[in-house]
Amino acid sequence: MSVLGLKLPALRLNGLLGALILGAVVLIAIFGPLLVPGDPMALDFGARLKGTVPGHPLGGDEFGRDVMLRLIHGARTSIWIAFFTTCFAVTGGLIVGILAGFLRGWVDRVLMMFNDALLAFPGLLLALGFMAVFGASRHGIIIALGLAYMPVVVRVVRGTVLSLREREFVEASRVMGNPELTTMFRHILPNCLAPVTVLATTMFGWVILAESALSFLGLGVPPPEPSWGNMLSTARPYAGQAPHLILLPGLCISVTLLGVNMFGDAVRDWLDPKMQG
Amino acid sequence: MLRFLLARILSAIPTMLIVTMAIFALMRMIPGDPATLMLGDMAQPGQVEELRARMGLDKPLPVQFVTWLGDVLSGDFGKSTATGEAVLPLIFERFSVSATVVLVAVLFASLIAVPAGMIAAWRQNSLSDVVIVGTATLFLSIPSFWLGLMLLTIFGLWLGWLPVVGYVSVADNLGAGLLYLIMPVITLVMVEAGAITRMARASTIEVARLEYITHARAKGLSERAVMWRHAFRNAFAPTWTLIGLILGSLLANIAVTETVFTIPGLGRMLIDGIFARDYPVVQGCMLFIAFLYVAVNLLVDLIYPLLDPRVTA
Repeated sequence: MSVLGLKLPALRLNGLLGALILGAVVLIAIFGPLLVPGDPMALDFGARLKGTVPGHPLGGDEFGRDVMLRLIHGARTSIWIAFFTTCFAVTGGLIVGILAGFLRGWVDRVLMMFNDALLAFPGLLLALGFMAVFGASRHGIIIALGLAYMPVVVRVVRGTVLSLREREFVEASRVMGNPELTTMFRHILPNCLAPVTVLATTMFGWVILAESALSFLGLGVPPPEPSWGNMLSTARPYAGQAPHLILLPGLCISVTLLGVNMFGDAVRDWLDPKMQG
Repeated sequence: MLRFLLARILSAIPTMLIVTMAIFALMRMIPGDPATLMLGDMAQPGQVEELRARMGLDKPLPVQFVTWLGDVLSGDFGKSTATGEAVLPLIFERFSVSATVVLVAVLFASLIAVPAGMIAAWRQNSLSDVVIVGTATLFLSIPSFWLGLMLLTIFGLWLGWLPVVGYVSVADNLGAGLLYLIMPVITLVMVEAGAITRMARASTIEVARLEYITHARAKGLSERAVMWRHAFRNAFAPTWTLIGLILGSLLANIAVTETVFTIPGLGRMLIDGIFARDYPVVQGCMLFIAFLYVAVNLLVDLIYPLLDPRVTA
């Protein structure tokens, strides 16, 4: 396992390090609120715009809310949204991609026509358009980003299915008299999982980045609910007085993304030897 | 070759048609009736009906779509419901701002990232490779808006070297305009260089394993000559596609950077339009950005054969 085919022993650790970072963030997202109990909305005017003060190890924000609690709950928001969005995009992409690739004919043509049109939009633009329709909310983001990233999954799955459907084991399944649906989901689907896993890992990072960007723009997670993106946006006017309000949420996003990217490289090397340098 | 070019250009037409349909459908999915929205709460029921008829909203959807498409094709993107200004001239004005930032940033990012990626690939597994790939992965993980905010805090607020708010066009005042460009451009260069470096490295590694490179080396050519004269053109072609994709998608992603640096660009116009529920503006911006994205990709595909010796030969 190595990053982008780097064979240096030191860099084999990259995948492991990435997995550790990502694992830590996920654990904080799940168990953090249990370990560090407290209300991320609670106001304490004494801690307003302050750095480390007693009771607030990472200081207070512009309303005196505890920054550490808000970062922990922000991790929860990010991971939760990234997980469900990726699941949504992958499930939808698998269904559409398998149907298009396996059935061919007019089903394929119609599905791919719409898919290619969606691919003709930059991802964030499509998400912005959907957010204009759904309005800023958690569920809105999941649907918007899920729909925006689904076409990429469809492309990859369809490509895989097209090469799989000519293989002997698929023919064998048909000769045995299995219904088409059985062939699709018992034999085609499991063989699509490797490329989809590689894509899903990368996508998890895209979603974290896109969600924080949308929240930063005010079209994602609506305040006062904490997310790393909206924390950065609301802290902007106070950047001079309280730089920790700008530094910390961004650091959280960057470290998480670094973990996802390093882990993603390792997953790709592991599951997709063709990409190895 | 000519047939390839023609086929590629023609293939963009159905794509554009479906893109316009998708944007039209998206705008019609937005909850709330545009006529009611324009007139506000105080409108009489009769007024709403009248405006709906005037706007053509009482006609069936396909008819509305065809009418709208006709307007768009003749360059009429409608008027902003907030200011009453025509949308298309406004888009062009804002676009020139975004385009300046994006083009300068992508140019610098490519000039840094392509050689960096190739050097990393050529010295695969050496220390310089590890450093270059590590830096690229790090940059890839930094969100542009955070980098922008940090630069703004350090160089704008603390050191006071660069202006914090506002924008001056390079066309109006070259010196001042350049000052306003520095931080947004650096932000985008750092963020985009990561992806380009990794792509340039991967495609160079792929090329470096091919036999003609071994052959060039066996002829006794210096490593430098092999790399720049033989490997570069083949390795650059896939990277060129990525640069095109970045150029296109930056037109949407730049909304974030423009928000950080308060640049009055196209991305900001779209976001402001969404907040103001100014649907002609949202529709126009989305259409324009999507159209440019398709056009840039088309252009990249058309230039590709000129760059890739495997296709030209």
